[in-house]
This record gives sequence, structure tokens and C-alpha cells, in this order.
Amino acid sequence: MDKPILEIKNLVVEYRTEDGVVQALNGLDLTISPGETHGLVGETGAGKTTTGLGILKLIPDPPGVVVDGEIYLDGKNVQESNEKEMEGMRGYDVSMIFQDPMTSLNPVMTVEKQIAEVYELHENIKEAEALKKSHEILELVGIPAARGSEYPHQFSGGMKQRVVIAIALAGNPKLLIADEPTTALDVTIQAQVLDMMKHLKEEYNTAMLMITHDLGIVAEICDKVSVIYAGRIVEQGNLVDIFDNTRHPYTEGLFNSLPNLADRTQKLKPIKGLMPDPSDLPTGCPFHPRCDYAMDICSKEKPPRVFRTEEHYTECHLYNEANIKEGGVIKRD
Amino acid sequence: MWKYILKRLLYLIPVLFGVTLLVYIIMSVAPGDPAKAILGDQATPEAIAQLREELGLDDPIIVQYLRYAKGLLKGDLGTSYKSKGPVITEIAARIPTTLKLTFSAIIIAVIVAIPLGVVAAIKQNTLFDGLSMFIALLGISMPIFWLGILLLIQFAQKLGWFPSSGAESWKSFVLPGIALGFHSMASIARTTRSSMLEVIRQDYIRTARSKGMPYNQVVTQHALPNALIPTITVVGLQIGALMAGSVLTESVFSLPGIGRLIIFSIQGRDIPVVLGCILVFTIVFSIVNLLVDLLYAYVDPRIKAQYS
Repeated sequence: MDKPILEIKNLVVEYRTEDGVVQALNGLDLTISPGETHGLVGETGAGKTTTGLGILKLIPDPPGVVVDGEIYLDGKNVQESNEKEMEGMRGYDVSMIFQDPMTSLNPVMTVEKQIAEVYELHENIKEAEALKKSHEILELVGIPAARGSEYPHQFSGGMKQRVVIAIALAGNPKLLIADEPTTALDVTIQAQVLDMMKHLKEEYNTAMLMITHDLGIVAEICDKVSVIYAGRIVEQGNLVDIFDNTRHPYTEGLFNSLPNLADRTQKLKPIKGLMPDPSDLPTGCPFHPRCDYAMDICSKEKPPRVFRTEEHYTECHLYNEANIKEGGVIKRD
Repeated sequence: MWKYILKRLLYLIPVLFGVTLLVYIIMSVAPGDPAKAILGDQATPEAIAQLREELGLDDPIIVQYLRYAKGLLKGDLGTSYKSKGPVITEIAARIPTTLKLTFSAIIIAVIVAIPLGVVAAIKQNTLFDGLSMFIALLGISMPIFWLGILLLIQFAQKLGWFPSSGAESWKSFVLPGIALGFHSMASIARTTRSSMLEVIRQDYIRTARSKGMPYNQVVTQHALPNALIPTITVVGLQIGALMAGSVLTESVFSLPGIGRLIIFSIQGRDIPVVLGCILVFTIVFSIVNLLVDLLYAYVDPRIKAQYS
């Protein structure tokens, strides 16, 4: 296997606010190989965005504190890198597409200038040349170069997101973090943007961390999937593992929450309850209060990690080395 | 854009008549007789009555005002009761001093306030932040005349670095500029700090940082231009406050400007001069406000789009 482009080991992040300590990440592990698209799936508040910001070392501090864990970006230890080294990596080794294109662009700067900054920062070239390159990448994401001199308020939501994507791609990063890149967009625009990202990824062979709560996007674009719950990966595997050999009850719950297009009369089965308060997580397995299969042990002990195959694992008391390969526990309707 | 500017300048006309009418009424109903003030306590009642007749003070207020407004339409600001010269020359002689004073005050205020506010915001809750906001609190609380007198004692009298009165050289404007500008500096610094605090939490600041841009560059190139809008508003409003403050400052530092002229004219019931000074203040304030609105368009393209 290639040397991983991203390796996160046991990442623990807390937000220490006046109202209490929010445990955003509780020992997150994640590895991404070059060219791989890795989906990070979970509900709002599960720690998805914190993971992305952690890789960039841009977790707002205060209140965010990285308590434990290591992040290796292309072999470089992010936690031990100083601000100057991080500036060299951000936008160049790793860049991030932010969730809300409406607020992610500077309203008083032309879009071409906002893109050109990336070239000026990392390629040491003059402004005129940087602007020329920004026009090229605007065309690449489907925006006429002539519109580069306009301001963000003159663009529609979908076009703004294309600009945000152009900024992230400008440095030709080895890892692209896409934080719900289509959530703020119309469904029709979503498809266009996804197609474009897929196309660009194939063209540049960029590794990608696709943060989303949408399993449809995962099926469309990802090679591997991590399901995150309360700041920890509860199930990880490739697309077939997750979609066809689902093990964790939470992953199953996510699938059951999706509308079934083949049978439109079927009722949705949402996961009961809400995400637990991250400043007061349940003991044992944090999912147990919402889990249909919960047992006594679930509220007492943290579940161990059980591997089904080399790359498919889950953390759930339902499984042990013996029964995980059979997979009889979860029955899909 | 030019249409907008023209419209705004035309609005100025009713404003000027409204302001002069208001001041005319206030001056007329205020106690004290201009004729008596001009002739002095020893004047005979006959002399006073004659002067009142000459100045037209026995007519109803509205008639007096209409007479003044008619002159105003022709560009005639009237004649000073006291010096008997045209008001316009009295004022013209004093405008440069007041403009120099307010200009130096606003320059001092802006040059100090913006960096202070920006650094206080990015170093929020540090000693620097606390200290600069304490200075701002002092600035807002300290009366101009008191600060002026303190400055005079220390830097004019004890150290002798600056003159204590007159308007001969740039040195004459340093102490008055500080005394007058300190209050504005405080307001501008506080506004800059709070708008910076809001801006540096915006998503686009995070976007800029994710490009690998050094934080100082993010602050100056991305945050500051966005934070300037509220600051510009306050600077514009402060120009009005500075003109009001110039009345006090010119008195403390014996500067021959409009502020001092207005004080003497009010004391002497010299209504045409008072009105003339108020007119100048109104025009300057309105034009500054227009410039502020135009500056918004320059700073923020979203506002520019609304003007065209």
C-alpha cells in the first residue's frame, strides 16, 4: 500500500466553553491513501467539521483544544508544526471546501483576486500572472473568466460554491477536504457540483475527505466510508462493506432514514431520539440510548473494535471475532 | 452616481432653511436684547429703541426670518450687528483655523484609533486589549476643556514645547488637535474593535487562512476592509462632534476660529453671525456625510450596486 496522505491517530478535541466542556472528538482514527476518496458520514454535531479543521490546524482556539492524538499530513506531524510551517501546507498540501458558500467568500474582494491569492502565496509569482491563472481555474470550474472581476454578491449560490472549489483546487493540493460541499445548494446544482468534483478528482488524482451526511453522495463519489458518531468512528470500510455488509446499528439507522425510491409508499424509519449532548455523553457506547439492540453491557463499557475484514471494522458490543463475519444480527427490511 | 450626488446636494437646501429658521427662533426667544447688548448698559432707552428700529427687531419673528431668508437666497448672509461688516468676511477669516483644527483632530484620532482597535480585537482579552479599552474609556469620559487645560499646563507651560495660544504655525494645532481628537479617537477605537471582533469570526476569514495566508496579512487584507464600514460611519459622525467640540477647544486654546466667533456672537446677541456660523457647520457636516456615503460605495461593492 502507498504511504498514506493523511493519518489521524486517536484524535481528541474539546471545546472548553463557559457552559462546559464539549467533547467534539473522542479518539478519532482515519487514514487516507493518495487518490482515495474517503467519506466521513454522520449527523450534525458528530465532529465532522472539527476533523477537517483539525487537519488544517484551524480549530478555533479558544475554545478548541487538541487534547490528544496525532495528525500526519503527507508524513508531516501537524500538531508539532509551527504556524509558519502550517501556512506552507495550507492551500498547498491540503485545502478545504467550506460548507456555506454564501459566507465563505470575502464580500469586498473580487473573486479572481480571492483565487489569485493562493498562487501568490504558494507559487511566488506576480499578481498579473496569478490573475491569469485564476482565470484558467475559473473556466475549469465552469465560470467564464470575464466574470472574475465581479464580487461574490453578483454570483448565485452554485457559482459561489464553484469559486470556493476553485480556491481549494488552485494550490493543486494532495488532500482536499470537502465539508458538505453541496448542502447549501439546490438539488439540481448539487448534481452539477458533484459531477464537477468527481471529474476534477479523476483528472488530478487528488485524495479527498468528503464530509457529508448524505449517503447518496457517498455512494456516488467515495471509495471508503467512515461513519462518525459522537466524535468517534463507529464503522469503517469500503463502499461494499458499508452498504451491503452493514454492521453497526447506527449505520443501519442512517440507511433506514433514507427514502426508498422503489417503494414510495414506505414510511421512513428515522433513528429515534437526538444526537447526545456532546458536553454530557452517555457512558459506555454513546449510541446505546438510541439503539434498538442495546444490551446491559452497552451502557457500561466502551465497545471494542472488531474487524470483519482487514479494512472493515465496527465498534459495537453485538460483535466479536467469531460472529462478525456472519453478520446475522442486523436484518434489513 | 452623479445623479445621486446631485440629489443629495439639493436636499441640502431645505435642510439649511430649516436649520436657520430653528436657530432664528431660538435666538429670538432667548432672553437678552441685541440692541442693549450692542449699546451697553449705559444706553438710553431712546437709543435702544432707535437701534431696534434700524435692525428691524420690532417686526414679528417670522417677518424678520423671511427677510433673512430672502438675503440668504441671494447669497447674502447679512451684516454683523457688532462689527457692521458683512458676516461672510467675518466667517471667511476664521474658517481656515477651524478647518485646520478639526482636520488635525480627526487625523490624530484616526491614526491612533484604527490600529488600536484592530490590535485590541485580535488580542482580545489580553493586557493590551484591556489597556487600550481603558484609554478609550478615559477618552470618552474626559471633558475636552479639562484635557485641554491639562495639556496646556504640561506641554505649553511646564515643558514649553508648544505655544499656549494663537494659530501661527502647525505647532499651534498639536495640543488643540489632541484635546479635541481624543474623544473621537476613543469612539473610533471602540467601534473598530467591536466590528473587527465580529469580522474575524466570519467564515471568509477562515477561508483566507485555509489558503495558507499569514494571519497578519489576513487581518490587513481581508478583515480590515470589511470592518471599516462601521468605522467610517463613526468617523463621519465624529466630524459633527468635532465641530461642536471646536467651540470649547478654541476657547481653551484661544484659537481665532469659528467656534470662538460663535461664542462671542451668542454672548453679544449678534444673530446674523450666529446664523452664519451655524450655516457653515451645517454645510460641512452635510458634505462630510455625503462623502461618507460615497466612501461606503468605494469600500463595499454591495453598496455601490445600490447607488447605480
